[in-house]
Amino acid sequence: MSSVAKKKSVLWDYLTTVDHKKIAILYLVAGGLFFVAGGIEALFIRFQLAVPNNDFLVGDAYNQVLTMHGTTMIFLAAMPLIFAFLNAVVPLQIGARDVAFPYINALGFWLFFFGGVFLNCSWFLGGAPDAGWTSYASLTLASQTHGVDFYILGLQISGIGTLIGGINFLVTIINMRAPGMTYMRMPMFTWTAFVVSALILFAFPPLTVGLALLMLDRLFGTAFFDPALGGNTIIWEHLFWIFGHPEVYILVLPAFGIFSEVFATFSKKRLFGYSSMVFATVLIGFLGFMVWAHHMFTVGMGPIANAIFAVATMAIAVPTGIKIFNWLFTMWGGNIRFTTAMLYAVAFIPSFVMGGVTGVQLASAPADYQFHDSYFVVAHFHYVIVGGVVFGLFAGAHYYWPLMFNRILDETLGKITFWLFFIGFHLTFFIQHFLGLFGMPRRYFTYLPGQGLETGNLISSVGAAFMALATIVLLVNVVKTAVSGKAAGRDPWDARTLEWAVEAPTPEYNFKQLPFVRGLDPLWIEKMEGRKEMTPAEPVGDIHMPNSSFLPFTTSLGLFIAAFGAMYMEGGKETEWLIVAFIGLAITFGSMLLRSVIDDHGYHIHKEDLDGDDKGVTA
Amino acid sequence: MQAEERLTLETLPADPEKATLEGKNKFLGFWLFLGGETVLFASLFGTYLALKNSTNGGPTTQELFELPIVFAATMLLLTSSLTSVYAMYHMKNLKFKQMQLWLIVTVLLGAAFLGLEIYEFHHYVTHFKHTIKSSAFGSAFYTLVGTHGAHVAFGLLWISALILRNAKRGLTLYNAPKYYVASLYWHFIDVVWVFIFTVVYLMGMVG
Amino acid sequence: MKKQWRLVSLVSLLSLLLGGCGKEFQSTLIPQGEAAKMQYDLLILSSVIMVFVVAVVSVIFFYVIVRFRQKKGQEHVIPKQVEGSHKLEIIWTVIPILLLLILAVPTVTYTFKLADVSAAEKAKLDKDTVVIDVTARLYWWEFAYKTDKVVTSQELVIPTGKKVYLNLKGADIKHAFWVPSLAGKIDTNTENTNKMWIQADKAGTYNGFCTEFCGPSHALMQFKVKALEESEYKAWIAAMEKQDGKETADTAQAQQGEEIFQQSCVGCHAVAGNDSRPAAARIAPSLANFGDRDLVAGIADQTDENIKNWLKDPESMKPGNKMTGKYGNLTDQEIDALTVYLKSLKVTQ
Repeated sequence: MSSVAKKKSVLWDYLTTVDHKKIAILYLVAGGLFFVAGGIEALFIRFQLAVPNNDFLVGDAYNQVLTMHGTTMIFLAAMPLIFAFLNAVVPLQIGARDVAFPYINALGFWLFFFGGVFLNCSWFLGGAPDAGWTSYASLTLASQTHGVDFYILGLQISGIGTLIGGINFLVTIINMRAPGMTYMRMPMFTWTAFVVSALILFAFPPLTVGLALLMLDRLFGTAFFDPALGGNTIIWEHLFWIFGHPEVYILVLPAFGIFSEVFATFSKKRLFGYSSMVFATVLIGFLGFMVWAHHMFTVGMGPIANAIFAVATMAIAVPTGIKIFNWLFTMWGGNIRFTTAMLYAVAFIPSFVMGGVTGVQLASAPADYQFHDSYFVVAHFHYVIVGGVVFGLFAGAHYYWPLMFNRILDETLGKITFWLFFIGFHLTFFIQHFLGLFGMPRRYFTYLPGQGLETGNLISSVGAAFMALATIVLLVNVVKTAVSGKAAGRDPWDARTLEWAVEAPTPEYNFKQLPFVRGLDPLWIEKMEGRKEMTPAEPVGDIHMPNSSFLPFTTSLGLFIAAFGAMYMEGGKETEWLIVAFIGLAITFGSMLLRSVIDDHGYHIHKEDLDGDDKGVTA
Repeated sequence: MQAEERLTLETLPADPEKATLEGKNKFLGFWLFLGGETVLFASLFGTYLALKNSTNGGPTTQELFELPIVFAATMLLLTSSLTSVYAMYHMKNLKFKQMQLWLIVTVLLGAAFLGLEIYEFHHYVTHFKHTIKSSAFGSAFYTLVGTHGAHVAFGLLWISALILRNAKRGLTLYNAPKYYVASLYWHFIDVVWVFIFTVVYLMGMVG
Repeated sequence: MKKQWRLVSLVSLLSLLLGGCGKEFQSTLIPQGEAAKMQYDLLILSSVIMVFVVAVVSVIFFYVIVRFRQKKGQEHVIPKQVEGSHKLEIIWTVIPILLLLILAVPTVTYTFKLADVSAAEKAKLDKDTVVIDVTARLYWWEFAYKTDKVVTSQELVIPTGKKVYLNLKGADIKHAFWVPSLAGKIDTNTENTNKMWIQADKAGTYNGFCTEFCGPSHALMQFKVKALEESEYKAWIAAMEKQDGKETADTAQAQQGEEIFQQSCVGCHAVAGNDSRPAAARIAPSLANFGDRDLVAGIADQTDENIKNWLKDPESMKPGNKMTGKYGNLTDQEIDALTVYLKSLKVTQ
């Protein structure tokens, strides 16, 4: 029944892997590439807006870049990069050998990847989506090119991947914690992963439905959003924001988790107010579903709805404030080491507080009538998403690089990146608050001279250049570390949680013996008692491993092909493209059927083969 | 023992679907998946409720729906849910043949339901010119009920595949969770139909 | 409300440092009417609260990162492992709640005040109530005066010193209406009519924008609001009612322009101030007072050159507009004539 793990080429290994650590690297690489693409799009935007009446990117061309910047950054950069860290860290942090559904985990990655590639194919096939990342229905239906279809189908495919990824982490965290790892001993990052997975589970289906309705309207002539036939475009706005608002927390909560780990480790203190942090995380996740309509204050929902959603939105500031103060007091009395990861964490606090307070201002509905869809909002969400999420991802990259690659990123280059990025970020976005208040609407490809907007826009564009420079230095750092970095070894940061208790590099089975957890920060507890390793909870035994599989790749590829078929079914070529769509679906469902009927029992690594040599052997 | 060994009365645990870690994970993961599906259907229901009166001059719900056929469909599906319970009952007692038999009955009832639904849709299209394109109500109706129908069709294929694949090898700890989650799925479809029956048809007929 | 003014100076100073408060004709920071003032008040109140929050966080923040940074020789010192402090945690839960309550009360009050359009919903409108139907189209604005049978476009003319009620709708896709110095925005939906009011304290011209992403020329869908003293406003309405676009052409060139207009343009554009066609038929901006307007196509200064460029090649000035290709090629001479005629369409001297 079991197979011998043969020597495989690196490419084939990664195409078929079901190992969460390798999937983490896949997510990191793919997310990183999309991040660079989204960043280049951002530079184009700032280049166009540097001076009034610029003609570098006009009209629809600008709209495509703008749409792809937002869509790429949210769905194809931030989400996968977060999944990279969830995959790299969570199973280790809870003392598990694997995730609950390794196969589905791999499927989640490939669905995301093919969805993202599909979306970006639009650049070469008649134009990218041009209706904004929110793709409001009436504009979407009016859009002439296939761009919006790329958006709909691409996000649909990658969205399914995200959804099943979320289920995987929920089950992993609920069922696979090491002995002694109670819920209230779970590290903060795992807690945020847990809440975020629940948010994904409940937030993505409305997006799925919204995208499906949009697809039916655009490709199959239905009337959901066509007022002439009784349709209503506001339905899209509700569905989108019922997904879209929790999405904000889906992005930022894992960043909070990373910061919590970084603050504790580099202050050499346990997280201040751990239980209130857990409580605040859960509360933010819960409230995140109650406030979607604050994106729609100007839709004309009436004063009662606006007032309710305004007050509900303000309420979220409370748990977020609790977190900020808990982090400050984690550092209070600590022994703070300013590593690059810690610099990002420290810089995050004032940056995110800025984004948080403007969030409360936006919650005040009548004031929002002025802020809405102006550069004030652009400034606000970039403060939250860059100052929160991107800082978190950068902190996570520096902090977890040794865990993922057994190398420490160069600290000098890291600090250069940090300062360039930090300065560039505030230069770019602080002034945008004022641009909005001065009357500059969002999503404008140009502005007129003499409206008081010239200086601010120029400053903002200069700031963007700083961030670009920072990203280049980061990439140099990655290459330099890969080429000449030294082995980091186990627990290089003198950290506190279980992921640092594994050997370096992490063996494929993670833990030879499952650890016994005796409290919060289990590794720290052992270290304080003079031990170097965790106390094992079980004797050494055979370890069961899942087989790798190529089917996640083919399942996703099938949908990728089917999406082209569905999109081009028009203009007299219906049959040809219908066949393409069916071929794609056949590949997908065929792969699913194969997965279903071929038994996959995995294989065992014998305990005799565990020491030193971790190659799989027949069970 | 190994998960793929055929279970005997001696080796049969109390909950064969949850006896292994894989089974436990599958059990929980599937429940969570159904949670997501619930939100999916809730979104479709919301859309339907918002658009059900936007008939664009076409037939209204009162003109369209007829109780007998929908009631018959409801009975078929409710019964199929019951027969799948029988199947799970026999699984827990290791009566594999009976389990397979009851699942076959379930599939047949489900297929009959699907047939009625197809007939119903066909009737609306030919007699009332009520199509998915004719009005926002039409779009919302066919999408909601059709999504449910697609779930039924997928369930039929899934359970049939299980019946065929395991016909010769009996119950194991490897396939018990598969049977179990398939029956969970079938119950879920049934519950969604109860809501469709109430919200779409009954409320539609009284206006 | 008094307390907030004490800190206004502080906030204003900050904004002054950043290049003033913008321009008085389009900045939310220099409100020119009651609605914008209420919104500005909320902005200031929330800013004061938020500056306070940021100040508290900053003080702790800088103290912590300076005081507790690792010093030489302390690499192995292990600080006390504090679990938390209930007292502190209660403090930083309760104080934010109180601060938010201070903000929530005026938020709710103003939400209802700004939504109050009851004066415009009476079965029989008061004689002096101004109600205007605003229709947004790709990429221009139409303003139809409900009580006075006047239809104009691109420039909303309103009387000063009183509330003007707007019923807003998007005729093709969704847009949004924003005049930063007079009032916050509201969407012009395609499936329902939204209502709001605006008010200008003093006469002047204010910039307006479309703020709902609507396609290639979203950025070019700008408009003006001209506030006139009550008497001037009445005169303007009267002049618009009289305007039929005919006697204006008094030179030969203008007359030629009128002829061209009658052949090529009149199918879509009206030149009468009391355009009596039904709303759905008004698929292009009324040009009844084109000569009075500040802008061509809502985006370029009204100069002969810009008018001619617009007539010659609308697409290059406003991509995706609905005028491109709707009329045959015009010679330069015809365009010159048309320009003279269009400029003659005026209702004020």
